[in-house]
Amino acid sequence: MIAAIRKLVVQVDETRRDMGRPVEPPTRRAVAMAVIANPFAGQYAENLDTLISIGEELGQLLGAKCVAALGISPEAAHSYGKAAIVGEGGELEHAAAILHPKMGATLRREVSKGAALVPSAKKMGGLGTAIDVPLGHKDAAFVRSHFDAIEARVADAPRRDEIVVAIAVTDSGRPHPRVGGLQVHEIQGKDGLR
Amino acid sequence: MIEIRRTFTHVEDIFHEFGPPPTTPLRRGAAAAVITNVFAGRYVEDIAPFMEELKPLGLELARRLLAALERPAGAIQGYGKAAVVGAAGELEHGALWHAPGGYGMREVLGWTEGDAALGAAAAGATVAGAAAAAADSAAGAQPGNALAIVSSTKKVGGPGTAIDVPLTHLNASYVRSHLDAIEVRVPGAPAADEVVYILVMSCGPRVHERLGGLRVEQIERWDGQK
Repeated sequence: MIAAIRKLVVQVDETRRDMGRPVEPPTRRAVAMAVIANPFAGQYAENLDTLISIGEELGQLLGAKCVAALGISPEAAHSYGKAAIVGEGGELEHAAAILHPKMGATLRREVSKGAALVPSAKKMGGLGTAIDVPLGHKDAAFVRSHFDAIEARVADAPRRDEIVVAIAVTDSGRPHPRVGGLQVHEIQGKDGLR
Repeated sequence: MIEIRRTFTHVEDIFHEFGPPPTTPLRRGAAAAVITNVFAGRYVEDIAPFMEELKPLGLELARRLLAALERPAGAIQGYGKAAVVGAAGELEHGALWHAPGGYGMREVLGWTEGDAALGAAAAGATVAGAAAAAADSAAGAQPGNALAIVSSTKKVGGPGTAIDVPLTHLNASYVRSHLDAIEVRVPGAPAADEVVYILVMSCGPRVHERLGGLRVEQIERWDGQK
């Protein structure tokens, strides 16, 4: 493990009723977060390969944590998303290095398939900063019922020299989707969009 | 029959807090249920009967939390409970959680009615039938599990309100290494007419505990305190 992990947090959010109506089956969303040391805190580094490798291993670790917490097979995953909060001693580019070059590939192996872009968010923050992790269907980005977000937040992180890295996986869309668009049963799953 | 609108589980592994990492990371967790506050928006004098309706929720949340922690009941070392009441409710609605949340969790962790009698005996009361157990207690044997009061916090708050839930050792409240707290927050809850009921458990002491006091191995009285 390249990442120096101080803390791992896994949350599962299950909605059984919304607006007084039953949600059947309940919508379930998991978010897994790792608090890691930022190897480049306090310095400008041109080469961010270490963070890129960290992103690769966290894609696997956090993706697996989410799937396990949901208690589902990888094939049963519906949507995913990723995000990072960089402590004050770092820069936004550190989040980009973790999230974009290699995290997607390892995450996709944990959820099976995944033709669609993994939607993402990033920000600078302090202890307890919350970030809304965007969610989109893993096989077709246009599936409107699965556009959503889940909040990620670790009460005592990130400190100055830390980064909070979050991955979210669901086995469902929003509780009562009814605004049309591409439906799950219409997914072709080839071009990442439809 | 209460209706659960939403459940939320939180599990964390603390590898270190900038000190020497323990061999096994500290695992702690919380389970929360968001339910409709049937007393929202008005003053109801007689709310106590609702505690009976909350009993199954206490048991369910405790079992759910154990499952999320992926640990057997015997591995749990600390616990606590809390409630966040939505804006149309009052603090007293949070207090409804004390008995069903506390006793529900203690039951799942091995506490029995017999332990209550024993606790009374150990505390010096004369309780018929508990004498033999009290003799065991005097010999220093652990008479049961989850003997300590479940410490708690409660507040009235809006959606996403964070609450610090206290953690204490489950057999002796004075064990200093296990005095702790965990922040719990359910994004989006409670709405004005909802309550969030929370149970928390930990599988060990603070990650770098080093402040002495009563140690786990020094528990003698088995009265839930020392």
